[in-house]
Amino acid sequence: MTTRVAARAVGLTKAYGQGEARVVALDDVSVELEAGRFTAIMGPSGSGKSTLMHCFAALDSPTDGQVFLGEDELGRLGDKRLTELRRDRIGFVFQSFNLVPTLTAQENILLPLAIAGRKPNQEWFDHVIDTVGLRTRLSHRPNELSGGQQQRVACARALAGRPEVIFADEPTGNLDSTSSDEILQFLRHSVDELGQTIVMVTHDPLAAGYTDRIVFLADGRVVDEMLEPTSDLVLDRMKNLDARLPSEA
Amino acid sequence: MLRASWKSLWARKIRLLLSTFAIVLGVAFVAGSLVFTATLDRAFTSIMNGTVGDVMVRPAGQKANEAFAQTRTVPASVVDQVRRVPGVARAEGDVSSYSTFVVGRNGKIVGGQGAPGIAVSYHDAPAGHGTPGLTVREGRAPQRSGEIAMDPATAKRADYRVGDTVNVVTSGRTPRLSARLVGLASYSAGSLVGASLVVLDPATAQQTYFAGRDVFTDVWVTAEPGHDQAALRKAVAQVLPPGTEVVTGDQAADEASDDIKDALSFISTFLLIFAGVALVVGSFLIVNTFSILVAQRSRELALLRALGASRRQVTRSVLFEAVAVGLVGSTVGLGLGFVLALGIKALFAQFGLDLSGTPLEFTPRAVVAAYVVGMLVTGLAAYLPARRASRVAPVAALRDDVAMPEATVTRRALGGGLMVLAGVGALLWVLTGDRTRETYWLGAGLLGVILGAVLMSPVVGRPVIRGIGLAYRRTFGAVGTLAEQNSLRNPRRTAATASALMIGLALVVMMSVFGASATRSVDVLIAKNFTGDYVVSGTFGTPFSPTVTDQARGVPGVEAVARTRFTQAQIDGDRTGIGAVDPKPLTQVARIDVQQGSLDRLVGKTVFVTDKAAKDKGYRLGDQVRITLGGVTTPMRVVAVVKSTPALLDVTTTIAGYEAAGGPHQDNYAFVARAPGADEAQVRAGLERITAGIPTVAVKDQDEFAAEQRRPIDQMLTLIYALLGLAVVIAVLGIVNTLALSVIERTREIGLLRAVGLSRRQLRRMVRLESVVIAMLGAVLGVVIGIGFGIVLQRSQSGAGVAELAIPWGRIWLFVLLAAAVGVLAAWWPARRAARLDVLRAIATD
Repeated sequence: MTTRVAARAVGLTKAYGQGEARVVALDDVSVELEAGRFTAIMGPSGSGKSTLMHCFAALDSPTDGQVFLGEDELGRLGDKRLTELRRDRIGFVFQSFNLVPTLTAQENILLPLAIAGRKPNQEWFDHVIDTVGLRTRLSHRPNELSGGQQQRVACARALAGRPEVIFADEPTGNLDSTSSDEILQFLRHSVDELGQTIVMVTHDPLAAGYTDRIVFLADGRVVDEMLEPTSDLVLDRMKNLDARLPSEA
Repeated sequence: MLRASWKSLWARKIRLLLSTFAIVLGVAFVAGSLVFTATLDRAFTSIMNGTVGDVMVRPAGQKANEAFAQTRTVPASVVDQVRRVPGVARAEGDVSSYSTFVVGRNGKIVGGQGAPGIAVSYHDAPAGHGTPGLTVREGRAPQRSGEIAMDPATAKRADYRVGDTVNVVTSGRTPRLSARLVGLASYSAGSLVGASLVVLDPATAQQTYFAGRDVFTDVWVTAEPGHDQAALRKAVAQVLPPGTEVVTGDQAADEASDDIKDALSFISTFLLIFAGVALVVGSFLIVNTFSILVAQRSRELALLRALGASRRQVTRSVLFEAVAVGLVGSTVGLGLGFVLALGIKALFAQFGLDLSGTPLEFTPRAVVAAYVVGMLVTGLAAYLPARRASRVAPVAALRDDVAMPEATVTRRALGGGLMVLAGVGALLWVLTGDRTRETYWLGAGLLGVILGAVLMSPVVGRPVIRGIGLAYRRTFGAVGTLAEQNSLRNPRRTAATASALMIGLALVVMMSVFGASATRSVDVLIAKNFTGDYVVSGTFGTPFSPTVTDQARGVPGVEAVARTRFTQAQIDGDRTGIGAVDPKPLTQVARIDVQQGSLDRLVGKTVFVTDKAAKDKGYRLGDQVRITLGGVTTPMRVVAVVKSTPALLDVTTTIAGYEAAGGPHQDNYAFVARAPGADEAQVRAGLERITAGIPTVAVKDQDEFAAEQRRPIDQMLTLIYALLGLAVVIAVLGIVNTLALSVIERTREIGLLRAVGLSRRQLRRMVRLESVVIAMLGAVLGVVIGIGFGIVLQRSQSGAGVAELAIPWGRIWLFVLLAAAVGVLAAWWPARRAARLDVLRAIATD
């Protein structure tokens, strides 16, 4: 597997508030996310993992440092270009399923393409639909689908536009273990079979066990990394991480 | 509980203010109309009290300031008899006229647009209860022919000073007087509310108005100190000859001011109708606002329930908010009503009804009415949402997605459908035959249709939205689909918001259909029935001197001149109008379709009747009809039945019969036919030479005459459009409100759309398209209903002159386009707000 970089952060700092109330969510983070791999960002709550993902996904702008998607530096782009970038080059899967309630599953899946005014590639669409197993559910509205099905629709929506990177923010946070397992297998499958780049924020060691690489964050800094993880290894590492925290503070 | 209500009220103040606006407008109209009416009341009562003595003697059955004043008189001998009655200090004969106008230095009439031009004979007797009567303010009173006085305000408006030679036009035998202004005189009230006052010496007045006969319009009696009006009235009644009657000054003043107030009552009726429209439309806005507020707060309300608040407490907390909103709205509305009354006062000053001497009357009645109306409407409108709020289950506080319990849309639509059917039934029933209480049935029918349509609109609106949605998908793609789906998401809310616009537009379209029909009817009527070439008529619709008509006969090239007169009368006991014509020339200038009998037999005390009157009243050839004018009844024989046209009154007699019955010696119209071959320009110039010095009279050809007849319709329409425009403004605020709330409700969804790549522009467009859907829905339903209503109105008035139906399609299309523009405008603020939402925060919102 080549190690082309899909996105990277260089000296990324994100702070909220001013003066006394200043909170540093990300402190001089430099990290590379390789293309065609499934990367997890882990850390205890408040470690800055969601902020990091938001900065990568052009939803939030850094206070200092640079974020690159491919070769483009996000900080240089205006709102209009960022909107287009999100639409054309990035896919999202949120914790709460975040579908448009008035649209059917199919319309939701094709929404980013429709907004862009692009025609969907029928072959690709069929492939995605079959992979997520939603063929029979396409004309249903979100409130007629189960939580797992809704999240699969969200995944299909992220995949439909063949984005460079899919960002998933706790995608299994609201699901039972069976549905979680399905979603994670599906994401894994997308990486292996379709060559999709996926970055997932999670605090669940079981979920992290599906990935190729884990970046550990604590207090806004990259504190560790793990390749080819298993859930047991992750669990151990997380314990260590938690134990180390007081000494670092 | 109260504290919680207060806090929630404060937190939503802007939203509530928007819906309060409707209440403010409605209340302002109610209060403004009441304040203005009270002001008029006071103005006229104080004027009239100064223009009568302690007791007035007058021809029997005749009120003050009626047109017959110049034919029905009191003989001079009565004045002497009354003088001898014990307790009488003075008795003075009055001569008065209500169509005598001053020609200003610039050659134009002073006042005249609605306000009378009063002329009286001079005497200095005090008015009732010893208050000052007619008082000379400058110079002296007129004493002989060629001298005149007028009130200071008129002199100022005409730009005359004492010593100037002034011109006056009258509807009496002498159409035009020139005299020296010897003094300025006025009644105690000073202001005459825009009327002008001319004072002549008694002999000149009798010469001008009664051709020199020694008779009076009435007798002004002053009591000796210590005699009250009622007792003196009784004493005077003893000596009066038959045909005269005596009333107390107080009664005469009341009658006179009541008459004027009646004539002006259309103003308050008008304002109250618009208050009604504003309040109905406003209540929709309130129902909607509170429904949405309650829906938004459902979790909070459920929490209150979970914490032990009873259903009633929840209802009450919502109602409390409504009442507070009503209170604020009523207070602001009351203030605005006062301003509105000031505005109307200023507007009326433009038309010559000058109330500048009278301060606005701020009656307790207006204040009470403002608060009652404002708070009642708000409370009632908020009751439904408040009750629904109380039905939220306490457990909802713990659940994620709270849905408000909603009655099914179909059941309402069914009810609405029934109401529409009942309304249409009532309308058809009224239109297909002669019915009693026609107006009530019409009103009930229209109300039924519109309320039914409001209830049905969520269901009926669906295909309309689908249709617009189809166009949207084609044109705007995904953004269009989203907008369409959003408007279908809560059909009831969309429909309720659109309903406000629907009502406003339905009324606007109804009035424009009716107005266009009325205009067309006038044109058709004149083209069909008026075969003459010119019309001579009063410029303000006032009658003019018959001498003008006589002179017109002498103009070279004129073949025939037909004078026509009309006035109020009682015919067989019914109060109605009676017309009078010269039978012979009439057929040369107008087309009259005789169905029975012959106009040849129309001589002296005979009448012809319309076929409609013959059917309604059962008149037949040879029947006697009893014409009562100014208290005297004259029987006349029916000699012909003619086809009814809107130009003809039910009963028309001859000029001779009219004068014999006591009709005033004044002409209303003179129709002129040119001799064949006569030069058009010369005839017209000849006619205009006659009217040149009399600005109250003008010559018009057929087109000008038609234009003149159309003008009041156009003016009326403009006024109605302006007022209905307010209803549309309220509707726009409703759309703004609904959209703003939708944006807040869908914050997370908007964040999501932005996250997956919807640009700010696309987002704004989405909101705008949704707004246009609502506006177009209201417009389409409103136009359909409005055209229907316009047709109903035209049909119901076809007997009253609006015989032709005309639908002004161009104007209606303009309204629809305006509605779309209104939609775009209404979306501006909510769309901006939506576009400004921070994506991350929006996604994180619950």
